[in-house]
This record gives sequence, C-alpha cells and structure tokens, in this order.
Amino acid sequence: MTRQIASMALGLGVGLLGAALATGASAQQTLANVKQKGFVQCGSNTGLAGFGVPDAKGEWTGFDVDYCRAVAAAVFNDPKKVRFIPLSSKDRFTALQSGEVDLLVRNSTATMSRDTALGITFTGVNYYDGQGFMVRKKLGVSSAKELSGASVCTQQGTTTELNLADFFRRNNLKYEVVAFASSDETFKAYDTGRCDAFTTDSSGLYAERLRASAPDDHIVLPEIISKEPLGPSVRKGDAQWADIVKWVGYAMLNAEENGVTQANVDQMLKSDNPEVKRLLGTEGKFGEGIGLTNDWAYRVVKLVGNYGESFERNVGQGSPLKIKRGLNALWTQGGLQYGIPVR
Amino acid sequence: MSTIAQAAPPSRGSVLYDPKIRGAAYQILLVVVVAFLIYSASVNAIDNLRAAKIASGFGFLENTSGFDVNQTLVSYGATSTYGRAFVVGLLNTLLVAAIGIVLATFLGFFIGVARLSPNWIVARVATAYVELIRNLPLLLQLLFWYIAVLRPLPDARNSVSFGLGFFLNNRGMYLPRPLIDGDAWYVVIALGIGVVAALAFGGWAHRRQMTTGTQYPVVRTGALLILGLPALVWILTGITAGNPIAFEIPEQTRFNLRGGLQVFPEFVALTLGLVIYTAAFIAEVVRAGILAVSKGQTEAADALGLRSATTLKLVVIPQAMRVITPPLTSQYLNLTKNSSLAVAIGYPDLVQVFMGTVLNQTGQAIECVAITMAVYLAISLITSAVMNSYNRRMAMVER
Repeated sequence: MTRQIASMALGLGVGLLGAALATGASAQQTLANVKQKGFVQCGSNTGLAGFGVPDAKGEWTGFDVDYCRAVAAAVFNDPKKVRFIPLSSKDRFTALQSGEVDLLVRNSTATMSRDTALGITFTGVNYYDGQGFMVRKKLGVSSAKELSGASVCTQQGTTTELNLADFFRRNNLKYEVVAFASSDETFKAYDTGRCDAFTTDSSGLYAERLRASAPDDHIVLPEIISKEPLGPSVRKGDAQWADIVKWVGYAMLNAEENGVTQANVDQMLKSDNPEVKRLLGTEGKFGEGIGLTNDWAYRVVKLVGNYGESFERNVGQGSPLKIKRGLNALWTQGGLQYGIPVR
Repeated sequence: MSTIAQAAPPSRGSVLYDPKIRGAAYQILLVVVVAFLIYSASVNAIDNLRAAKIASGFGFLENTSGFDVNQTLVSYGATSTYGRAFVVGLLNTLLVAAIGIVLATFLGFFIGVARLSPNWIVARVATAYVELIRNLPLLLQLLFWYIAVLRPLPDARNSVSFGLGFFLNNRGMYLPRPLIDGDAWYVVIALGIGVVAALAFGGWAHRRQMTTGTQYPVVRTGALLILGLPALVWILTGITAGNPIAFEIPEQTRFNLRGGLQVFPEFVALTLGLVIYTAAFIAEVVRAGILAVSKGQTEAADALGLRSATTLKLVVIPQAMRVITPPLTSQYLNLTKNSSLAVAIGYPDLVQVFMGTVLNQTGQAIECVAITMAVYLAISLITSAVMNSYNRRMAMVER
C-alpha cells in the first residue's frame, strides 16, 4: 500500500512538474524566439470559412490568417513563415498561455476576464462582431424572442455559450443547450436536426451556412444579442511582441485610410504625404521602436495588403461570404476601425 | 531477578548493514525526494502562474458560472456556481458509469456463457459479436450510435408515439413522469416495504432449504411482494381518495416536446456504446473464468443428476467468479474512464463540463485538470476497493 501511494505521488509530482515547466515559457523574448525558430507560430481556427481555413493545397487562407501572415511579413519579410496550429475554442487560451503558439488570431472575443485573469493581452480588435442565431426557414421563426422551448446548439468554452444563457435568462425564455467541443460537431449537430437553432458570432453564421447541406433552407435571425470584439491576443508580459502585433494591425488600417494598397505601395514610397512617408518608413525610425526595420509596414502592405483588401478578399465582396463592412468600415466611412497614427 | 544469563542476540555487525534499517532508510529517502518534487513543482507552478499573471487558486469554484447544461441531476442554472457545475458533471459521469457497469455485466455474462454454448449458432453469433465489437475503436462506435443510429430518428415535430405518453425523436426519448406527492408517498413506502420483505423472505427460504431441503417459490413470492404490495396500496388509496399518482405527459410545443422525463440521445448513445463495447471484454473474461473450472466439476454435477442450468448456476459460476472478479474490476474501471469520451458526442460529463467549459471560462487549467484527475482516481480506487472486498469474500476458503 505504501508503495502504491508513493508511486501515485511520484506520478502526480511528475505531472505537476511538467505543468510547472510548461507555463514557465519565459516572457520578454518572443521576438528573439520567433527569429531563432524562423517562423511565427500562430493559433488559428480549425476551419472557419473566410477567417481561417486551409485551401485545397493545404495553404491557410482567411482574414485571421492574413493577420498572422502580416506579422510574419513584418518580422521576416516573408508571409509564408508562419506555422498554423489549428485550435478548438476550448484549447486556444491554454495553447497561448503555455507557449505553444506565439500569437492567437482565432476570432476570439476580447473580454475583461480574458484580458485580466488568463495571462493574455488582446492587442486590438480586427473584427467587430455580434452573436446571432440561425434557424431553419420551415420553422417560421422571425425573431430570436420566439425561440422559447427550442434546442440550441453551441460550441463550449466560448463567450457564445455565456451570451446564450444571458439572452434566454434576460428574456425569461426556456431553452435546451447542447454544447459540443468543436465547431464542426456543433454545426453538424444543428444541420442534422439535433437542434432548432445554431448560435455563434454572426460572421461565423454566414461562414457556417455555406457548409450546410442546403444553405438556402436556413435564415439568420435579425437580433444581434451581444458585442463580440474579435481580436488577436498574445501572452502578457512581453510588451515588445505585443507592440509588434498591435502595430501590424494599425499599419494595415492606416494603409487603407491613406489609400496605400498592395498594388501601389511601391509608388507610394515616393509619396509626399508625411503620413504615408512615416508609415512606409521613408521618414522617421518608427520600425526600430518595435524592434524591427523601418520598412516593416511597407512589407506588410506589399506582401499581405491593407485592411480593406484583406477584408474584401476573405470575407467581403471578393469572397463567397459577401459580408458588408458595416461596423468594420473605417471611421472615415462611418465604421469603428480606427488606426492610431504612426508618428 | 533472573539469574539465568540472557542469550545475547546474534551479532549483526554494523547498523549500516541491517536490512531492516536500510529498507526503512530507502523508504524515507524516497518519500523525502517525492515530497521535494511535489513541493518544488508546486512552488514553480505558482511562481510562474503569478509571473504570467494567470489567476490561480480554488476560489473560482464559488463564482457564478453563467452557462447552462442540458442534463442535470441536481438543480442547476446559469446563476449557479462553478462548484455546482462540477457536481452536475460528476453526477452525470457517475450515472453513466453506474448504469453502464450494471448493463455491461449482464450483457457480458450472457454473451460469455453463450460463447460456450453447445448450440453452434448461438456460440458463433456470440463469437462474432465479441470479435467485431472488441476490434473496433470505442470512439468510432460512440459516433456510430450517436450520428448514424440516433440522429436519423424523426425530428421533434414528427415524434414516434408509443402511446401512454412514450415518445421517441432525434432529441431523445420522452416518458411520462410520475408526480410524487401527498398520498403517492404511501405507494412509494409500500414499494420499499415490499423490497425489504422480499429480501427477508429470500434469506429465510435459503436458510430453510439449507437446513431442511424444502424449497419455496422465492422468485414468484418476491415479485408478488415487490409489485403486488404497492399496487394494492395504490388501488386502496385510489378508492378512498382518488388516484394518488398523476403522470406528467410530454406535450408537443412549437419546437420540442415539453414535460415528462427526457432521456437525451447523448446519454443513450454513450451508455449504449460503453455497454456494448465493455460487454465484449467482459464476455471474454467470463469465458476464461468458466473454462478455468475443471471439467471434472461439471461431470460430477452431471453424475449427481443436476440440470445444466443448475450446474452452471451452483457449481461452475461460483468457482469461476474467483478467476473472473479481478479482470472484471479492470473492465469496470475502463468503462468509468472511457465515459470521458462523452466529450466527442456532447454528453455533459465531468470532462465535458468541468475540463471543457469551466476550464475555458476561468482559464485555470492546472486546478481544473488536477481536480478532474483526483476525481477519476478516487472513483477508480473506490471501485477497486469494493471489488476487492467482494473478491475476498468469494475467494476459496482453504482448510
């Protein structure tokens, strides 16, 4: 018996030790580590059309994927130096905490508890979203408030799961939640009739609807029941790496605002506009401030494109999703996307 | 006092070479090393968590969870705590494990005995069952039951009705729920008395047979006591005060059937999968146990003129149990641990609720994983302890 207890304790001890070492990934060196490895390890969705999904050739594409590629372009001058790690919603933050990924861009909602208690920092918002519902047309439902008594499929470990409970509690409606670990299983369960309604961020609803066995049989209900600011996140404690990730996003926004595109970025190098000059590094030494070379933003735009280009190509009019810019239009066009000036 | 010289103990030389002291020293050393490992790992983990600004400690168990779970054996809602969510997950795991163990044992014994049947067809069917089920991964089987068998059932608006308030659709099975209150408690109490009386009668009849050889119809009398007594009380209270037990019948609403008892398809798929899979292993254990009983025992029973069913029940199985019990315990533990595959089909067991949702909402991975590990360890050790004590009682008493 003593021996049993001892060996049990030993097992537990080794387990704990592993856990302790895993979380011991040192802060403050992410950029150096990334340079040494030669690629950025980016946590991505396991497959969400338009945001992060491997294509027929195994190349990752999507709006979130572009963000990772932009970071790689800024660091390595090569958008292909990214290794994508597909993560389910329930594993994503643990993967970031433990150092398995350097950067998480996986349509993750920034919330206060995630920003303060998980040891991670959200660097900004690359997509303003909100949660919605999808139902079958033949149910004849026109509002989420008519869903009393319905079964709702959702992915576990998400803000979606919490908003869902909030919504039904607030409106005093009954419902049955069926939670699955992966987005695939969740949608398949809805599609095959386990649930009356499927809920996720509305961008995800449009993306998932494309995968339905008969996409036209489903409608997205008009209600948006939550605020879902989706953004990239990094481990807390490495200010330099957080700055790089943050400013790559702002660079793409500023490029769009100033009309700098993938096609004209070379001509723009000769621009007289001081904002463009500072952005593209022909004036000032802004790149050095984040530990990169001064043409960092030039490379981002040249190799990946500006914010609007990435949006339209992946989720907007150039894609099957055809999502309108809406809240994600630039602030100059009535949206919320606002790049902090490079100066 | 004594004048007789004490015989000096044989010299053992230096204490360094005393095997007892040496052994003890090694044990102490091991314990110290293990304690140090645990201590330093914990300190390291706590330091690193603090440095990485990740919340730690067990205080989160008292925070409001904010999410819902469909199958709950205790009252639970989005305003309950994470601790309550843990209890919900734990009970769901225990439910599926308990039902699974009972059903797998029956099915396993049946298949195991059938495999040894002299009837060619029965034996071959049992063999085919074991070989097919044992060699397919459990996860695959769970997905099969869940997606291929239960999902294609009619949807909630076209439920299959079996009458009397029994319905079946792809959201589960719906049964009428008895509403127990007021006079209905008399019926429940009568049922309890019936069970106790039946057990007492069984014991008495057994002793009676041992001493005098007289047999009583134990099964019939027991059934009469267990079923007849509550039925009698039900009828009597029904005559005097109206029907004591009302049933809540599931009703069709806009989306789902509402009311009654709902058995979720996730639960059914998980239980089916675990029972069918584990039964194949138990069948092999049972077959091995029966074959381990020497043929002479059966022949002796035949010579005494016992029928083959009686031989199996009174001669072979009791001896086979000694061989069967230890590996059977392993199968019970496997079933319990395999129930964590629930995560693949959305059954809210401990792993799904606690290591899935709670871990993700709180981000406290180390605490959640440690608690979950401790729970499975505790369940397994308790199961082993119970089975070991049973095994000791069954063990051959050597004289």
